[in-house]
Amino acid sequence: MDSGGVQFFFEFTERDLLILAEGAKLTLIISSLAIVGGTILGGLFGWLLSIGGRFGAITLGWVLDIFRSVPPIVQLVLFVNFFPIIGFPLDAAQAGTLVLMMYCSALVAQVARAGIEAVPKTTRWAGRSLGMSYWQDLRYVVLPIGLRAVLPSWTGVALGVLKDSALVSVLKAGELMQVSQEMITRTQQPFLILGIAGLFYFALSFPIARLTEHLERRWQHD
Amino acid sequence: MEYTFHWRPVFNRLPDLLEAGLITLEVSALSMVIGIALGLGLALIRMSGNRAITWFAIGWIEIARNTPALLQLFFFSFGLGAYGIHLTPFMVVLCGMSFNNAGYLAESFRGGFAAIPDTQMKAARSLGMTATQAYLRIIIPQVLRIVYYPMTNQMVWAVLISSLGMLVGFHELAGETQRQAFRSFRLFEFFLVTAVIYYVIVKIIILSSRLIAWRLFRY
Repeated sequence: MDSGGVQFFFEFTERDLLILAEGAKLTLIISSLAIVGGTILGGLFGWLLSIGGRFGAITLGWVLDIFRSVPPIVQLVLFVNFFPIIGFPLDAAQAGTLVLMMYCSALVAQVARAGIEAVPKTTRWAGRSLGMSYWQDLRYVVLPIGLRAVLPSWTGVALGVLKDSALVSVLKAGELMQVSQEMITRTQQPFLILGIAGLFYFALSFPIARLTEHLERRWQHD
Repeated sequence: MEYTFHWRPVFNRLPDLLEAGLITLEVSALSMVIGIALGLGLALIRMSGNRAITWFAIGWIEIARNTPALLQLFFFSFGLGAYGIHLTPFMVVLCGMSFNNAGYLAESFRGGFAAIPDTQMKAARSLGMTATQAYLRIIIPQVLRIVYYPMTNQMVWAVLISSLGMLVGFHELAGETQRQAFRSFRLFEFFLVTAVIYYVIVKIIILSSRLIAWRLFRY
């Protein structure tokens, strides 16, 4: 690269691309664990909220609301300092994954609850009258109908969590954002590196978006 | 558990934190106002059908929505810094958040415009309104009503995103907390109080948006 006579000692090389890819791999691991765990937990919470009534709303609903109302970055700093206090130190990636998972579950709980409530009561009664047990009704009536209704919202949440995984960089976990930040300090080529990091995030969110599209198209037929 | 909590340093600094909370509100509200204006513009450009500027709008919207807000803030801080444009931390956060808000709001607005039947426009035009008048008096008020709740959500997001100011040296609530916490070494206590302040701010926003909606949408 011609830099006006000044020689840069730390040019951006192919090796740096590999380092960025390594960071992207950790981002992928952290966010997929957080999304999968958060979706399972959030589904459970959403179901609890849908049957919990007033009591559920003021206990579980309130706790989940806190996770949604406090910036993830503040949650991260809090938790990474909290675990050593209770004598249970976690490394940056573990703490980050855990916090993102809780954050994700709080968002998914809202989505799941909306999905369950989107199923008309009469449809569920019809299922029960046909002799289905409560769990059969949940599995064969509520799940297929509710899932279709809230799939786009779930995708929004999942993509949001993927992007918020960038915040784990404050804990120095070595994921994509932190790696890029350090590389910028070294190479002084912020536009190039941020551009590549952006492309990596695009690439990571692409499969989720495509999966949703695919499912939506398939479900239209049956 | 050997850790002893010390709350006094936090309470001594509480006025500073609350003041920083006001800065958080200020920068979020400003970025929303700019974001709404830009988002409206982007949505209109995207629907205009002009090839070149449509691509510009789509590019903006996709980048804003599909990359982390932190990455966008970094673009405005050391990204522009590499080209000799040094923004103050306040401007970095304001520009980054406005860019981000505009992208998200543009999509909400597009959905809002799509929900208004064409006949509304035709009716307004046949009553003798110019296109601009029809947009300003008939279409946009209805769109604003549809996107009111997405906009409220975006405002809450803006408050949460503004906490990234901490990473670019801006002393809004999270940044100020970090500064005070490092000074006194009571990291956990400071951030716990800050979490409570954020919670209260978000609740105030949601409550006031409900009040405004109640006053605004009575008809």
